[in-house]
Amino acid sequence: MRLEEIVEAIDVEVLVGEEWLPQREITTVSACDLMSDVLAFAKPGILLVTGLTNSQVVRTAAIAQLAGVIIVRGKRPGADTIELARKMQVPLLSTSMHMFELCSELAKIGLVGTRTQ
Amino acid sequence: MNNEVVFSQELEVEGGDFVRGGESSCRILEILKELAFSPAIVRRAGIAAYEAEMNIVMYAEQGNLNLTVTPDRIVIVAEDRGPGIEDIDLAMQEGYSTATDEIREMGFGAGMGLPNIKKNSDDMEISSSVGEGTRVQIVIRANHEGTSSEAA
Repeated sequence: MRLEEIVEAIDVEVLVGEEWLPQREITTVSACDLMSDVLAFAKPGILLVTGLTNSQVVRTAAIAQLAGVIIVRGKRPGADTIELARKMQVPLLSTSMHMFELCSELAKIGLVGTRTQ
Repeated sequence: MNNEVVFSQELEVEGGDFVRGGESSCRILEILKELAFSPAIVRRAGIAAYEAEMNIVMYAEQGNLNLTVTPDRIVIVAEDRGPGIEDIDLAMQEGYSTATDEIREMGFGAGMGLPNIKKNSDDMEISSSVGEGTRVQIVIRANHEGTSSEAA
């Protein structure tokens, strides 16, 4: 599923990378606040759901070749994180939903967890 | 084996700088992309470099990442001046960590760093002197795509 389709189906706001959404193919979803864990199971095409907003989230996503990041609970990353995401071409999205709620919505439209694929 | 060095660069890493931590690894990522390594190789090298860099940021005072590229392999040496590692076997165990709360708030310190470097490398050597520092050498063979990270 393309990231563009997810944005159309679910109440998320695009902070960075509107123009990249049609090309980003999502294979699985991981909900995780531990970047160490993300780096340990990283596969290309993962959509990361996280509560963190710091610059390391963007660097982790870029290095692990994740397809995009959705930040939960309505948190807004700082200007430096936004700028870094633009530079490293990491789509950054935000939602007021909490982590489980967003994951439920993603599951409803047919997305699966990283391990189950 | 072709040992001709096609690229080498030394990148500095500042201990304790959690905001800029990872910049050197991102530079390595850009360099390897420009040198046209495959996405799988770039990902493995990037993850290994980033974990090594964040270890310097989290635990050491000062360090650097030395990148050397030959047609056959990518070598990244992470060296730091810092507390060193008392028990390397213990540090290599998944889940073992001496991280502070500040480190954990950044999403690191899960005790996965060194094991993850090993997983993404074709060869990894680590040496350390307590009170002096640590040296981690990461080798990634350019013709070896690797399956470890994909299989996880």
